[in-house]
Amino acid sequence: REFAYTLQNDAHLRYLSFNDADELKEQVIKPVLQQFEVGAIYNANPRDKKALPPGRLQPTRREFVFDIDMTDYDSIRQCCSGGAVCKRCWGFVAAAVAVLDRSLRRDFGFSLLVWVYSDRRGIHCWVSDESAMQLTDDQRRAIMGWLEVIKGGKEMVKKVNVRGGRPLPLPPALEEALGILSSEFFIPLILQDQDVFRKRKEGWDVLLDLIPDKEVRGRLESKWAAQAEMEMEDDDDEEETQTNEVRKSEKKWEDLKKEIKSVPKGTPRRQALTAAMEDIVLQYTYPRIDAEVSKHRNHLLKAPFCIHPGTGRVCVPVDPLRVNEFDPAKVPSVGQLLGELDALAGSAEVDELGWEQTSLKPYVEMMEEHNRRILQASRERKMMSEGRKDMSW
Amino acid sequence: MAALTARRAPVASTSRAPIVQVENHFQPHYPHRLNFYDKAPHFDVTLEQFESYALNRLRILAEIESSFMRNRSHDDLRTIINTQQKKYLPLNSNTAVNIDHDEERKRDHVSHFVLRLAFCRSEELRRRFIKAEGTLFKVRWETDDSKERVEWLRSRDFGWIEVSEQEKSELEPLLKACTPPAFLKNFESERYYKVPWTRVPDLVEKRRAVLRAGTAYVAGREQFSIVFQQFQADLEKALEMTARALPRLDEDRLTPILDHLAQGFTLGISSEYSSAPENGESITADMIDDLARKHFPLCMRMLHSNLREDSHLKHQGRLQYGLFLKIIGLSIEEALAFWKQAFSKKINDEKFRKEYEYNIKHSYGLVGKMANYPARSCQTILTTFLPGTNESHGCPYRQYSEDNLRTALQKTWGMSGQDLQEVMGSVKTQHFHVACTRVFELTHGVKKGEGLGGGESVNHPNAYAQKSREMEKAKSEAVASAVRSGGDDAMNID
Repeated sequence: REFAYTLQNDAHLRYLSFNDADELKEQVIKPVLQQFEVGAIYNANPRDKKALPPGRLQPTRREFVFDIDMTDYDSIRQCCSGGAVCKRCWGFVAAAVAVLDRSLRRDFGFSLLVWVYSDRRGIHCWVSDESAMQLTDDQRRAIMGWLEVIKGGKEMVKKVNVRGGRPLPLPPALEEALGILSSEFFIPLILQDQDVFRKRKEGWDVLLDLIPDKEVRGRLESKWAAQAEMEMEDDDDEEETQTNEVRKSEKKWEDLKKEIKSVPKGTPRRQALTAAMEDIVLQYTYPRIDAEVSKHRNHLLKAPFCIHPGTGRVCVPVDPLRVNEFDPAKVPSVGQLLGELDALAGSAEVDELGWEQTSLKPYVEMMEEHNRRILQASRERKMMSEGRKDMSW
Repeated sequence: MAALTARRAPVASTSRAPIVQVENHFQPHYPHRLNFYDKAPHFDVTLEQFESYALNRLRILAEIESSFMRNRSHDDLRTIINTQQKKYLPLNSNTAVNIDHDEERKRDHVSHFVLRLAFCRSEELRRRFIKAEGTLFKVRWETDDSKERVEWLRSRDFGWIEVSEQEKSELEPLLKACTPPAFLKNFESERYYKVPWTRVPDLVEKRRAVLRAGTAYVAGREQFSIVFQQFQADLEKALEMTARALPRLDEDRLTPILDHLAQGFTLGISSEYSSAPENGESITADMIDDLARKHFPLCMRMLHSNLREDSHLKHQGRLQYGLFLKIIGLSIEEALAFWKQAFSKKINDEKFRKEYEYNIKHSYGLVGKMANYPARSCQTILTTFLPGTNESHGCPYRQYSEDNLRTALQKTWGMSGQDLQEVMGSVKTQHFHVACTRVFELTHGVKKGEGLGGGESVNHPNAYAQKSREMEKAKSEAVASAVRSGGDDAMNID
């Protein structure tokens, strides 16, 4: 298995490998590391790479991994940007986890998943099912084709193009995702908390660009532009309006829905508008995945339980069923944990101090449970294959 | 890689010996026309069969590759390949009568495996082989009788499970959502199959199937995609294994054959032109200038014009051009007259007789070891006796610098603009025979893609010249008969 270090001086060392757990522990504790990453399992010891002919070292097994980086949401999140994640924009992560967790389990039958918080960045996912471990790069790419929806860089306004250019129905996988997103996340997160369409620039401007119908767009634009002017005059009363009125984005969304309803049902115009509305929901809430991380087995990913060098927070596992309740601000940090241990050292009751007595406990247990299930699955596989061979009693 | 032993049959001195019957310890029987090539042939073939079957298959694969190069539509490609197959590697369905199916399928089987040996050695050759073979498979699949195709699929275990009616109705809304609108009306009659999703990654990537717990629900019409994927994946694995086993192949009789085959993609396949067509009109020396202008490919045009300019050609140039002329139909007497006259400005009769006459007679197989040298094919011209400074033989598409080639094309045929661009494009990607074929098409008013007839590309200078003359003859005959019938009508007064 390949491991990689980033040292204090930012030097990056790849293709490290160890003979056993003890050696790994020793070699990880010794140097002071900034970052510690895990790679794939190869057909030879990664540390022997230089001695091998080029191209000889090939990955054989690797978890199927995902990296959701919050900076991909910078164009739409209002509370943070760059390297920061708060409880508010955590909503985007929760939406991503809801959709992906469901799809990986239901569509592909994966069951050994662990989600790991990545401080100031977002979240990672590791899929350890044997079938996932053995996926080739091409197969990983195929899965990404199935999962990826948001494509296009800064210059691409409409980032959701999954209907083949016409207002066809969504593929069933996305239909389900849309269901989750529109019922649980779009209103509370996009319209209410983030209030994405409050201002014009990069707000309802973009929304208008995503509406294919000239008439509807024209009417909404004039209405909202007029409102914006009035708001500028009411600047002093801002506080009042915020608490009393419904959030601006919600109002605008209502306006849009009303316009669409005014178009007769069953007409191509109505179909195009409904499709556009669905695509908008997807564009703002569907997981934004860094596909390159998932496609290539030789891509490194930060190890769970790493400590962020800036904040000291630990990258702990996240329970997907309770992802909505997770609060990045409440993640234990090293400082906090050491403090907890110190406090306990004071009282003479405890002889051995470990993680069990700190806030880290539930997280370690989550990881242990995940590992236990992996080992169990591996045992079951062995028994099945041996069971077939050993027919004698 | 299973053992494929080749036994040398008793060789007769000419290439027209009857094919010697080989004892077969195992008679291969092929119930189906399509083949997945997962089992290697286990019987004996002669060395000649080893090479000739493979060459024939290679013609087809090379034609497929040059079709891609020329951006032919899939329909065009299919038509052309079908013609080529009939000529070189026929593969008839079970319903065809009076055909030795097993023999045809045996050749198909053997030739595929021989070419695996030739094309496994580099990443790029493997990739091109897989692409061409995949396309051939696709064409054969499309032209297969649908009943036989279903039988063949059933005979192979692809691990598909048919979806029950009940399950199908349970999943109906999802399945319908995956169906392109054009096919919705067939939904009731469409059969669905379950496969592990890893068998159909391209369908998954494009969301063209329904996925549940790692099982993909695929419409029958997508079946081809699954089979095709499997074909290419299996072939890729097999080629890698073959490449690893290849160093252990200790057969020096096979290595030259395999090397020769491996070059087939770039150079086109060589044809034998060892004697002038018997019914061709004989050429006289004074016809050559005119013939050169009208019918010769660039290599020979250049040799001819250099000959006229310098009143001389060096040895290899004389050989390449002289043998070409021989096959055009220039008799030895006319040849001697031609060369003597061509050299006359620099070389007098006496010197000609002493230094050149013998060699010309030699190339006609009349003196010395009496070997009847065949005219050189494009492949030979491209690879052997490459020209040195001051020599002008070889293939100009390869040998000339870009500028010089452009000038030559402009001067010789007034080629310019987009046409010129196109030809230069083929040259840049080293598809020299494609360039020459395109020139033929442009200078003879032939539709793009028709080549020398039935889509065939130039693989021998004499083929070029022959086709060109045939076309001229056909045209003049058409004109003559039009004149004649016009005349008759005029006479028919009543």
